[in-house]
Amino acid sequence: MLNDIFIAPFVDMFTAPDFLMQVLWEGLVSGILYALIALGFVLIFRSSRIFNFAQGIMVVFAALSLVGLFAMGVPAWISVGLTLGVMFVLAVVIERVVLRPLVGQPDIILFMATIGITLFLIGFGETIFGGENKVMITEELGIPTGDTVLEPFDGLLILQHLDITVVVVATLLVLGLLAFLNYTQMGRAIRALGDDHQAALSVGISLQTIWVLVWFIAGIIALVTGIAWGARAGVSFALEVIAYKALPVLMLGGLESITGAIVGGLMIGILEKLFEIYWGQPLLGGNTETWFAFVLALIVLLFRPQGLFGERIIERV
Amino acid sequence: MLYRTAGQFKTSYIADQALFPVKQDAFLLGIILTLAWIVFPLTASEFTFQTLLIPILIYALAAMGLNILTGFAGQLSLGTGAFMGVGAYACYKMVTLMPWMNPIVAILLSGVFSAGIGVVFGIPSLRIKGFYLAIATLAAQFFLVWLFEKWAWLYNYNASGAIQVPNLEMFGVFVSGPQAASVTEYYIVLFVVTLLTLLCINLTRGNLGRTWKATRDMDIAAELIGINLMKSKLTAFAVSSYVVGVAGALYVFMWKGAAEPNVFDIPLSFQVLFIAIIGGLGSIMGNYLGAILIVGLPVVLNVVAGTQVFEISTPSAILLVALIAAATFLFWVARSLWGVGAAIGFGAVTLIYGYAQLQGFRIDSALIEHINVMIVGALIIFFLIIEPHGLNQLWRLIREKLIIWPFPH
Repeated sequence: MLNDIFIAPFVDMFTAPDFLMQVLWEGLVSGILYALIALGFVLIFRSSRIFNFAQGIMVVFAALSLVGLFAMGVPAWISVGLTLGVMFVLAVVIERVVLRPLVGQPDIILFMATIGITLFLIGFGETIFGGENKVMITEELGIPTGDTVLEPFDGLLILQHLDITVVVVATLLVLGLLAFLNYTQMGRAIRALGDDHQAALSVGISLQTIWVLVWFIAGIIALVTGIAWGARAGVSFALEVIAYKALPVLMLGGLESITGAIVGGLMIGILEKLFEIYWGQPLLGGNTETWFAFVLALIVLLFRPQGLFGERIIERV
Repeated sequence: MLYRTAGQFKTSYIADQALFPVKQDAFLLGIILTLAWIVFPLTASEFTFQTLLIPILIYALAAMGLNILTGFAGQLSLGTGAFMGVGAYACYKMVTLMPWMNPIVAILLSGVFSAGIGVVFGIPSLRIKGFYLAIATLAAQFFLVWLFEKWAWLYNYNASGAIQVPNLEMFGVFVSGPQAASVTEYYIVLFVVTLLTLLCINLTRGNLGRTWKATRDMDIAAELIGINLMKSKLTAFAVSSYVVGVAGALYVFMWKGAAEPNVFDIPLSFQVLFIAIIGGLGSIMGNYLGAILIVGLPVVLNVVAGTQVFEISTPSAILLVALIAAATFLFWVARSLWGVGAAIGFGAVTLIYGYAQLQGFRIDSALIEHINVMIVGALIIFFLIIEPHGLNQLWRLIREKLIIWPFPH
């Protein structure tokens, strides 16, 4: 028993390093996607203290709109543009209809409102596009679908071109976002709002504009994630579950920290794959990926209640 | 006039601490109890029992459990569905291992198991707060549902992986399983729910309830005035999980009849959370109001649509409802975007255009399901905007107005 837990998995890892690399690579790819979704959460949380549960369904909705528009005969790249338009309209409507009347309410009320948005978008998406599974228009968008086989340590390492594209695009997106936040006026305004609402308002930063902007950025992130996951797993409302994965990432990294979202996402993506392959499947009957991330985050949180990179919680009476 | 409290003097401490110090409240409750215990069972149809009465009671009970944790003790939980599952599986194991056991006792005992597990998952709440804790309870949610799937002992090594409620007898009457009559099931649910509601009301009024409320309002301050936070939080988790677990056992044994692990998945947790929040956090009655709204609304929509229940001859009824809902929604969107004038224009155009389109159009049941989800989502947002403190607060305001009527203040 102890051998199965503490020794055998590591022996497996060292005897088949090529397989280990394969596992790590796949963990990295999903980790990057988790990090992307978590980034969307963090941006919205920092600028408005809203815990946006609808991020997951925005991923599905963006992917569905893209596929739906393409099915209506719109060329692939133009439908990407149109979907961005849809996400912008969505951001405006959410800000005007839902958030503005709820400014200043307790956090849990805003959180519930985002669950309301989630339900509404599920119903709306299904009404318009139908509930059945769809195939992402991977080839039409010019995303490569082949694979490259490497042979490290006399073994076999298969890299899907799709995954490579995802890693490259996601990295570029994250870098672009960081540049935007650090070097543009709008980006600095977002960060200012995150630091102190009142002070930001008093130097003339418009809350409404920033909120629309932040939700729109979350929409762009949702679209990229939607394309990536849709190409790997098909477009359906089951995609929503990957958004739940972003939650432990947030716990691990801290709700306010952009670095935390990225590091947390990669950690969880890789560790849950490793655990599933070397411990979950042989010992626990598999499918441990549904809860491993949460339990890991829970354990880390017991030692650091604000997450690895979160702001230190100072409480006063 | 009807609610005049003048002249109802309290002359002793006991009278001051009465459950219903205002006569009219007690009278109103009497009417509700008569309806629930006598009138409904005599008049309700099989369909009403199975789609309205029983589920409303069960969901209200589950929401009450959650409300104790979230509304009274201030610990946000997203794992309600899994704790309902623990209750259901515990009850199933008990009645299959000990078939001689009285079903009501089994149901009431099953809550003990979920209370134990609730305490275990409540321990992080001593260090983790707010949304971090909410996500931590998701760990319970996903882990427990996974366990229900993988631990074959829980479902007696069934090939289907689901738990199937056996026929259970009590005093010669089938109370659960395929052979039980809906009326019997209803009475058992009603009995358990009444009992636990009474328990919860008194717990939240008493010493324990006050420590919970102090913890909710500010836990550090509560600690400073001498409240043992560990005791307060963990008892809240225990009581809450107990009630939720009993609700879970009722859910499977008195209503569904069988359950697969994914029944207890996250949508169930959210449904219960909706009920608690729309009903009003920190209230007991709100749970019932919320359950009536959340459980009743889809049923009403379906009946109007005539898909599941009656073979109704006018399929356009649901379309009209959907159309009016769409027009209202657009009105609402347009009003906040461009003002009332544009809103009226938008609403009217939608109505007229939609009505013209509706002539000779038939709708299928899948679409109604989707529209249902959409309407529920929109309603949640709508209710949060008009009354963030829930339906209970609406009732409180109405009652206040009635008491001072005809004076405005």
